[in-house]
Amino acid sequence: MSSNTDLLKLIFGRLSLDSIPYHEPILIVTFIGVAFGGLVVLGGITYFGKWGYLWREWVTSVDHKKIGIMYMILGVIMLLRGFADALMMRAQQAMAFGGNEGFLPPHHYDQIFTAHGVIMIFFVAMPFVTGLMNFVVPLQIGARDVSFPFLNNFSFWMTTAGAVVIMISLFIGEFARTGWLAYPPVSDIIHSPGVGVDYYIWGLQIAGLGTLLSGVNLIATIVKMRAPGMSMMKMPVFSWTALCTNILIVASFPVLTAVLALLTLDRYVGTHFFTNDMGGNVMMYVNLIWIWGHPEVYILILPCFGIFSEVVSTFCRKRLFGYSSMVYATVVITILSYLVWLHHFFTMGSGASVNAFFGITTMIISIPTGAKMFNWLFTMYKGRIRFDVPMLWTVGFMLTFVIGGMTGVLLAVPPADFVLHNSLFLIAHFHNVIIGGVVFGVFAGINFWFPKAFGFKLDPFWGKMSFWFWFIGFYFAFMPLYVLGLMGVTRRLNHFDDPSLHIWFIIAAFGAVLIAVGIGSFLMQLFVSIKNREKLRDVTGDPWDARTLEWSTSSPPPEYNFAFTPVVYDHDAWWDMKQRGFTRPTEGFKPIHMPKSTGAGAILAGLAIVFGFAMIWYIWWLAIVAFVAMVAVAIGHSFNYDRDFHIPKEQVVKTEDARTRLLAKKA
Amino acid sequence: MATQSAVNNTETPVFLAKEEPHAPSSTMLGFWIYLMSDCLIFAVLFATHGVLGRNYAGGPGPQDLFDLPLVAVNTSMLLFSSITYGFAMLAMDKNNLRGTLGWLAVTGLFGVAFVGLELYEFAHLIAEGAGPQRSGFLTSFFTLVGTHGLHVTCGIIWLITLMVQVGKYGLGEANKRRLMCLSLFWHFLDVIWIGVFSFVYLMGVLG
Repeated sequence: MSSNTDLLKLIFGRLSLDSIPYHEPILIVTFIGVAFGGLVVLGGITYFGKWGYLWREWVTSVDHKKIGIMYMILGVIMLLRGFADALMMRAQQAMAFGGNEGFLPPHHYDQIFTAHGVIMIFFVAMPFVTGLMNFVVPLQIGARDVSFPFLNNFSFWMTTAGAVVIMISLFIGEFARTGWLAYPPVSDIIHSPGVGVDYYIWGLQIAGLGTLLSGVNLIATIVKMRAPGMSMMKMPVFSWTALCTNILIVASFPVLTAVLALLTLDRYVGTHFFTNDMGGNVMMYVNLIWIWGHPEVYILILPCFGIFSEVVSTFCRKRLFGYSSMVYATVVITILSYLVWLHHFFTMGSGASVNAFFGITTMIISIPTGAKMFNWLFTMYKGRIRFDVPMLWTVGFMLTFVIGGMTGVLLAVPPADFVLHNSLFLIAHFHNVIIGGVVFGVFAGINFWFPKAFGFKLDPFWGKMSFWFWFIGFYFAFMPLYVLGLMGVTRRLNHFDDPSLHIWFIIAAFGAVLIAVGIGSFLMQLFVSIKNREKLRDVTGDPWDARTLEWSTSSPPPEYNFAFTPVVYDHDAWWDMKQRGFTRPTEGFKPIHMPKSTGAGAILAGLAIVFGFAMIWYIWWLAIVAFVAMVAVAIGHSFNYDRDFHIPKEQVVKTEDARTRLLAKKA
Repeated sequence: MATQSAVNNTETPVFLAKEEPHAPSSTMLGFWIYLMSDCLIFAVLFATHGVLGRNYAGGPGPQDLFDLPLVAVNTSMLLFSSITYGFAMLAMDKNNLRGTLGWLAVTGLFGVAFVGLELYEFAHLIAEGAGPQRSGFLTSFFTLVGTHGLHVTCGIIWLITLMVQVGKYGLGEANKRRLMCLSLFWHFLDVIWIGVFSFVYLMGVLG
């Protein structure tokens, strides 16, 4: 009998039938929904015979535009998951008063708020900003692809693999109950003996590798591959913010990798980094994770600042006010973001001088951010403003973000922070800046660049619906949390006794429903736009009368982006070209040198999922096999020297002639 | 100058490059950036050792454990391997295939000797009851030194792979670039080791 158990342990590690949460009705219904949806999608792909197409044109593609679009799809899917978690939390907190326990017991509720935070930051916000940077930056700087196209594909699939690992935890085992940063001692092996924290660790390690490599890639791309004439100070602001963001990624994600690896050692090997006894130091973890964590929020917001800059100047038909101050403000924020991490735990007790230093550096960040705000306002001043959907999101951002920024400065005052620390005031603050800044920015970006990616605009009616529901819903959902925070309510509670708090949670839940309608409107917008694509079609490639180089090529751009590499003389290069009578050449095309597709990235990421799963469940033999296989595939891939090809001249001529005919037909 | 004249000219300037601009390879820059990110991982480990390095938890400290002559021999293995890698690169510059491969092999052997001595030291410590689970000091010591050793091991696997590739495909442009990358990696590990030797071993023994 016991040898039988040993054998099962050897084969399956900790995994057993009990690991499937079939006694949780919510999870069973979710699983049925996901399984049904998945079968419909897989069946559809098989029925229409699209597997080959998907593999050749998307999975193995090294085209930065396709990879960018895939990142955005990943972001949308994970947004639905993360938002479902948010709705459940809001519903629970609106219900669970006095005798009512609500519908989520603590162990489930704790997993939900952890999953919500992890998914929204790592698998919604990160794919969205990385996707936009991937799609836009090479086009904006006049390049044909990124510096390392294979690495780009690999990065995307590793990010997806991390998301898959996190999603598996929904149906096999459990997720962490520790909060999104998994502080020890609650995340150590004594207090979290289950697989939840291990899912967290391996999901983030796998995705983090992808993020880091994509950061290296985009820095090299921006530094090395700009079009002739585009000096650094002639680069579009979005590309500048992308450069700073990727520098932040490269300079902070290794810290996350390291600190999670140390936590892994504590959990798997029994070392004493973050233990309370034997010479460990718990606050080391908190310091290190925030040395990554604070730059991380700037990683998310900086590209959004870039998006707003492009949108404002395009929709006000003016050059951006204060280009160089915008660039310097971005650089200053990049540097300062490393000098503020301790404001996340003023209550550590590091003493007045240390707290004062970090309080002051934190407040200083509001100066460059304020400068940006004024630059956008002055760009709008006396501009011919068109309130298209991207511009609506931008104006909504300017209002909302200023409020979030001001509550941030409030929290930066250490004595105030001692009162507000860990309260719902903090929750309201960071949702205020992340929704008001990052989410609004991403939606502005999606509405702005969608016609570039697909050749038709997004439907404006549903776009406006989406904006207004999100915007109003945000205020309903989070303003009550400021109030509750000031009343002393702490975060992460699943039940309350004081009935006077109830009304605020009901208002917040109503706000969450409004946001749900906003997300629904966005999906509707996609659906309606695809249905009406012929009516929304843009053949010019420049539907907004925009300013930067990505609008100089066709929509969607050909795989080589530009038939001829553009030469840049001024900021807003495409605007300059239009002003000075540029005419598109219709002959003289040449063959174009491009990278080849490869399946190695997707295969490696698939093996990474197996490896992560095996490590989580202590299935050591499988972990070894998967790891050796990954090394073998990586080495095997390095024996492939034949990585590029030339698009023949005839094909370039064919593509460009088709566009010439379209433009002529329109004229 | 060219830009200036184009702006002043009222004629439509040339907005498209007639000749495809020669894109310089980004590999060295990209690899350098990657190395700096790796450097940050070591920075975290050094910082952790700085914080935990004296938390002996009633167990043995550096003076009781470190065998400096052994570490000195080990250090010399790594330093010699950097020199021999330099000779391999000199041979590569002269397109001397046999010389390159020979020096790479010597480098690899020094690397193997380094990792072997380190494993011997680790085994010795663990046998004495001074394993990574003993105290905060030993936890951070094993992790910092072990991470470096893991990097050297990866470097050796990479080196063998590259030797096969150079042997098979010769010293083409791609292989020269790869050898340059590994060279950066190898010397980088040397620099990290000097930090480990000074801060962990020497300053540890000094107390």
